[in-house]
Amino acid sequence: MGLDTLFVFLVLTSLILLGSSLLSSSIRVVALQGAVLSFLPFLVMEPGWAGRAVFLAALTMALKGIVFPTLLNRSLREANVRREMAPLVGYSLSLALGIALLILAFWLAGRLHGIGVGLSTLSLAAAFFMMFTGLFLIIARRKALTQVLGFLVLENGIYSFGLTVVGHIHWLVELGVLLDVFVAVFIMGIAIDHISREFDHINVDQLDQLKG
Amino acid sequence: MNAIPWIHMVVALVLAPLLLGVINRTKARVAGRDGAPLLQLYFDLWKLLRKGAVYSRTTTWVFRAGPLIGLAAVLGALLLTPFGKSAAPLRFDGDLILFAYWLGLMRFVTVLAALDTGSSFEGMGASREVFFSALAEPAFLLGLLGLARVTDAISLSTILPGVTAANWLSAGPALALIAAAWLVILLAENARIPVDDPNTHLELTMIHEVMVLDHGGPDLGLILYGAALKLWVMGALLVSLLTPVRYGVVWQDALVFLGGMLILAVGIGLIESAMARLRLTRVPQLLMGALALAALALMLTMK
Repeated sequence: MGLDTLFVFLVLTSLILLGSSLLSSSIRVVALQGAVLSFLPFLVMEPGWAGRAVFLAALTMALKGIVFPTLLNRSLREANVRREMAPLVGYSLSLALGIALLILAFWLAGRLHGIGVGLSTLSLAAAFFMMFTGLFLIIARRKALTQVLGFLVLENGIYSFGLTVVGHIHWLVELGVLLDVFVAVFIMGIAIDHISREFDHINVDQLDQLKG
Repeated sequence: MNAIPWIHMVVALVLAPLLLGVINRTKARVAGRDGAPLLQLYFDLWKLLRKGAVYSRTTTWVFRAGPLIGLAAVLGALLLTPFGKSAAPLRFDGDLILFAYWLGLMRFVTVLAALDTGSSFEGMGASREVFFSALAEPAFLLGLLGLARVTDAISLSTILPGVTAANWLSAGPALALIAAAWLVILLAENARIPVDDPNTHLELTMIHEVMVLDHGGPDLGLILYGAALKLWVMGALLVSLLTPVRYGVVWQDALVFLGGMLILAVGIGLIESAMARLRLTRVPQLLMGALALAALALMLTMK
């Protein structure tokens, strides 16, 4: 029940991201999603892993709930661009496609049901839906910052997939993944900074006009 | 034949206009005004029914039939609506589809009557109304489908009274999502604030109000009463979904239901006081969000 509510919440935050038009509120929603996700280790881990769960949860919370949003807000402020999403696919159509992706996620989850340890269809479907949403945001939004957000949502999906399916990945692996994500967000922030300084905008659809 | 469902229906017929009175009173109180009397809509209806009607020469019988058929359709929907946890006067398997299409018929004749006036202005309102309800209707039906899955029933009178505390414990997230989607649809379909403003007669943003501008006298009275009944039936569905208690004693159940309706009306008043109307281009997005919630709820019940 608690687990179900958490996964429903994760799906809802992804849906909000598909329909949201402001960059700053999207950053807040991604932060919220990361913070909610950090409670997942408590709910899925076997008893006896308490210390590890607390450590992992605290680290996830600190990175996804606090560090990333701060970094992203900073690059949004520095880039000094219009604070709207500039979508390639409209918001209503994005939501409609989101419903289609949701159906696809549940269908896939139904096919894969039973491969992992004690997982529900919903947990798999939520993980798949977050991955799809992340990819969709990367493809369908124009601002470079939304690509970082899409990447983060994608990573959230993979993280919850890993936790629910495998159950106990070695903690070194998870630390490594978190470190990778941290470095990626850090570097993308710097890249956004450079793009905005060079071109007065962060629209990635114009980057194909670059000449060496 | 059991008389209790029919008594319930008469209570609904009498109390429906009061709902709008409560909403308006709540809005007035939040704004620091005294507001119109609670019974204002009754006075308006009485006044309108005594007036004569004026018909434009460009209109045909379609224009005159619109309000009558509209009211008849919503009465048909009321016949199928359970009174809180007690069954409706009329019930059979699959009546939820008929319920959705009674409301659809009401909308259809209102739109036809609006188009019949030949005014470009009313055509604009009709176009918006149809566009928005094309998004709201699937969300409503998906919510009903989800509830049918949860309660294993396919009649409104068994689905809604069948929602118990045990359902809320086992399928809580799905039921909450359906309730949220239905609240959005309730506000959209009844021309309440985040979608439409029932108070303004500002041309550019009106949806529902603009379609009935050419009606007057008894026709307008029928339309206003029909709108109050529509708010009642959709509110009744939402309230019976949200009150998972069932005593089995007629007057106790009725009291819980009427209390729920009162809270719903005050809640709508508070929503209208706290929010501004959405920009027209954002409305489809809101309805698409409701559709997404209902779809997610359905998938939660299907797993």
